[in-house]
Amino acid sequence: MAALLLDPLAAIGRATLGACRVAGDAALFALEGLSHVLRPPFHLRLFWRAFIEIAWFSLPVVALTAIFTGMVLALQSFTGFARFNAQSAIASVVVISLTRELGPVLAALMVAGRIGASFAAEIGTMRVTDQIDALTTLSTNPMKYLVAPRLLAAIIALPLLVLVADVLGVMGGWLIGTLKLGFVSDAYLKSTFDYLQAQDVISGLVKAAAFGFVIALMGTWCGYRSKGGAQGVGGATTSAVVASSILILALDYILTEIFFAQ
Amino acid sequence: MTEAMAAPGQAQAIAAATPKIRVRGLCKAFGPKQVLDGVDLEVARGHSLVILGGSGSGKSVTIKCILGLIQPDAGSIEIDGQDVLKMKRHDREAMADRIGMLFQNGALFDSLPVWENVCFKLLAQKRLSRATARDKAAEVLAQVGLAASVGDLWPAELSGGMQKRVALARAIAAQPDIIFFDEPTTGLDPIMGAVIDGLIVDCVKRLGATAISITHDMASARRIGDSAAMIHKGRIVWTGEARGLGHSGNAMVDQFANGRREGPIQMELRR
Repeated sequence: MAALLLDPLAAIGRATLGACRVAGDAALFALEGLSHVLRPPFHLRLFWRAFIEIAWFSLPVVALTAIFTGMVLALQSFTGFARFNAQSAIASVVVISLTRELGPVLAALMVAGRIGASFAAEIGTMRVTDQIDALTTLSTNPMKYLVAPRLLAAIIALPLLVLVADVLGVMGGWLIGTLKLGFVSDAYLKSTFDYLQAQDVISGLVKAAAFGFVIALMGTWCGYRSKGGAQGVGGATTSAVVASSILILALDYILTEIFFAQ
Repeated sequence: MTEAMAAPGQAQAIAAATPKIRVRGLCKAFGPKQVLDGVDLEVARGHSLVILGGSGSGKSVTIKCILGLIQPDAGSIEIDGQDVLKMKRHDREAMADRIGMLFQNGALFDSLPVWENVCFKLLAQKRLSRATARDKAAEVLAQVGLAASVGDLWPAELSGGMQKRVALARAIAAQPDIIFFDEPTTGLDPIMGAVIDGLIVDCVKRLGATAISITHDMASARRIGDSAAMIHKGRIVWTGEARGLGHSGNAMVDQFANGRREGPIQMELRR
């Protein structure tokens, strides 16, 4: 009888301890990675390569996502707001939704799928083929060589991507607004910028930097800790995308509370 | 008398008498599995030691402990008389600069061309510019029998034997005074295996380096080793001359050398 009660408690305890161990390991990994971002020597070539991979090669997917999101947002808002004769608010709703929430979150989720998986697969393969051990024997700190440039590149690249996403998203809304919904172009744009505040854009960019850090951290950490050959690398890739996606959404709520809670 | 207090001649004699590498009572467990259970080893300066043993006997873990890739649970590892486990991080990194390693599967960096792989350490330590590193890579590739044009290829474009040669070139490029070879001939045909062994012997002699190799290949062990040690269940059970592996007088070594199923070494099979 006692075992019947204690076994589930023991299982919960084990799971809790396991979760704490994983969270602690990720936190220490993040701290060590960030410390290498700040300490020389700096691997500028690797930073630049990671930056191009994140910023330039993610641009098409982020741009398409932003344009279609802006278009859908304008269309949905129009059909909804028409019930209250509030169609004139559509431009403001589109721009504020995009800059505060949808731009950073959707761009980050797209980049998490592309870059988080890529980092985890590349570093995971290096782990299971002894390339990370080889780095150590070649007098190179793997954290400084593999992790720090990716962290820095993602922190800088994501806000730039989100800035582009904001512009393209607004453009998508403007296209639908003027071509389909019958808005006058100048009036739509005036309405867009009249209610937009600097805080809306800045909060989105700060969120983007935080999301970039999370994506690079989860990608590199899951790859770095992978083991067990191809299956392990596959698992690390999946974990990196799932973990970064969940953390992006959770972090989005926390940052929104910080920026906008009254 | 300490080395610092001795006269220059005496200091040289002490240094010569001190083993280049000395391992004492090395223990390492992974969970409940005791992989190393008190490994003792000594390698004299300029000598080549081959460690033999079955799969899971602790060969690779021993080397990884000496390299600093795995932290042992107990024991000491001395290089030139200094306990590396008690060294500060900076000193240990300086010590690691003098060590080269050839990994079993080469462990070449896929994202870099061959010439950057070969000169990776020299570039990382800024001992060479990128322009001069290409020439240096060509020079080192020639030492392992590869043309300079191979430097522009990517690791994925190389055959297994060429990858081993490039990995060997990378291991010796910074002119280390200790080199580790992890199963250097595994996966190669016998002729290519003999070629790699020949290159290893040449490189080690040219550098005057101390070498530790681990292998299952008895022919390779005889070719590259001055001495040999047999490890079984995390302990060194025999040491002797590599040439004497065929008639060691030790039942475990004889069984291993002749590849017999019957003998004191029993394969652990999980059901």
